[in-house]
Amino acid sequence: MIKSDILIIGAGPTGLFAVFEAGLLKLKCHIIDALPQIGGQLSELYPKKPIYDIPGFPEVLAGDLVNNLMEQCKQFQPGFTLGETAETIDKLNDGTFIVTTNKGTQHHANAVAIAGGLGSFEPRKPPIEDIEFFENKGVEYFVRDPELFRNKKIVIAGGGDSALDWSIFLSDVASSVTLIHRRNEFRGALDSVEKVQELKHFGKIKLITPAEVIGLNGSEHLDSIDIDENGAHRKIETDYFIPLFGLTPKLGAIATWGLEIEKNAIKVNNSLDYQTNIDGIYAIGDVNTYPGKLKLILCGFHEATLMVQSVYQRMNPGKKYVLKYTTVSGIDGFDGTRKEAEKAVVKAIE
Amino acid sequence: MSDITLKITDRQGKTHQVQAPTDMNMNLMEVVRMHEIAPEGTIGVCGGMAMCASCQCYVINNVDLPEKSDDEQAMLWEAFHVKENSRLGCQILITPEIDGLEVELAAE
Repeated sequence: MIKSDILIIGAGPTGLFAVFEAGLLKLKCHIIDALPQIGGQLSELYPKKPIYDIPGFPEVLAGDLVNNLMEQCKQFQPGFTLGETAETIDKLNDGTFIVTTNKGTQHHANAVAIAGGLGSFEPRKPPIEDIEFFENKGVEYFVRDPELFRNKKIVIAGGGDSALDWSIFLSDVASSVTLIHRRNEFRGALDSVEKVQELKHFGKIKLITPAEVIGLNGSEHLDSIDIDENGAHRKIETDYFIPLFGLTPKLGAIATWGLEIEKNAIKVNNSLDYQTNIDGIYAIGDVNTYPGKLKLILCGFHEATLMVQSVYQRMNPGKKYVLKYTTVSGIDGFDGTRKEAEKAVVKAIE
Repeated sequence: MSDITLKITDRQGKTHQVQAPTDMNMNLMEVVRMHEIAPEGTIGVCGGMAMCASCQCYVINNVDLPEKSDDEQAMLWEAFHVKENSRLGCQILITPEIDGLEVELAAE
């Protein structure tokens, strides 16, 4: 059981900034995210894109903003459970919560803040008959453990960065790597495209383009796929098929938690603290909705700040809280570090 | 500048005739969201960067549209249910030239 004051669902910018604001109030956070890395959409969709509307940053790359947010909150030692999705929630008699992930990890927290953006990212599944039957039986949408593919025959489909990068990586692990794309052209970093070109030249990656996977075969486990190559159909033997067509966000299990949902977003009390209809569960950032809602990172930061104040009151009922300024009070990290302004020198000038 | 008229068929097959302003630097995906023709979270997921294909649509009538950019073309090569007349709504700017455009939203 992982314990925290606030369990944050979603490691995007709003969730990361919530860790910082919570830390100022001495509240400890733990974050769950479906993706294997932090940053949410910023890392997954557009790490190299510039953002122009973060206050104080005329221009910042999405990936750099994530790194900065992590740097800003790291002294508050957030815990991370990455690559797992929050599945069920139970409210205990004392008002605290137990959240269990799809992998069975249990989290106990005083409050839950859903900062899930557009939802948890799930793989986009190509419309191939029986694909769901073969999931975990030869069809893998992520490369979680490359060792699974050691000395196996694999086929990767897709035309973007992940298809290129995993083909390159797995060419040293698998016994054979075949990359299939609907076109001859790939969209990716230039060095990845060139590397695949080179590996193809040395026979380490077999490229089949323009082609499409149209069928999957096998009884207990995948043993071959059918492809359509320029109208001609043929079969390719393989142990694994890894379709990499990007991810799509789904609200997922959270939608069944009894929260009021409107237009695929969670309704919150925006005049007070961004709490949902369930006392102790908050929703901040792009995942929430209220009159006048704007899905902007900067609004998520504000919502996170008010949310942690509310959790503090919830955990310390009746205790008076005076807002502190970091410029005045500095920051005391949970790791023993202290940041503070340099003291002015008071000295006579003679 | 005046508004233009568009016909957008939603994923359930219902056609909506809508007005769209040409002076707000909008794109077709944003018009769909503005008129709530597709549920939030199912369209414009990447915000309009040609990176998710959630705004894929089929162009039904013969209106002159700007050529596809490399980004749009590459995304369509990775999308599903793609047809000859597929475009990404986020890459179609609302300009007076596309008045009368008719499109159908592709499946999610």
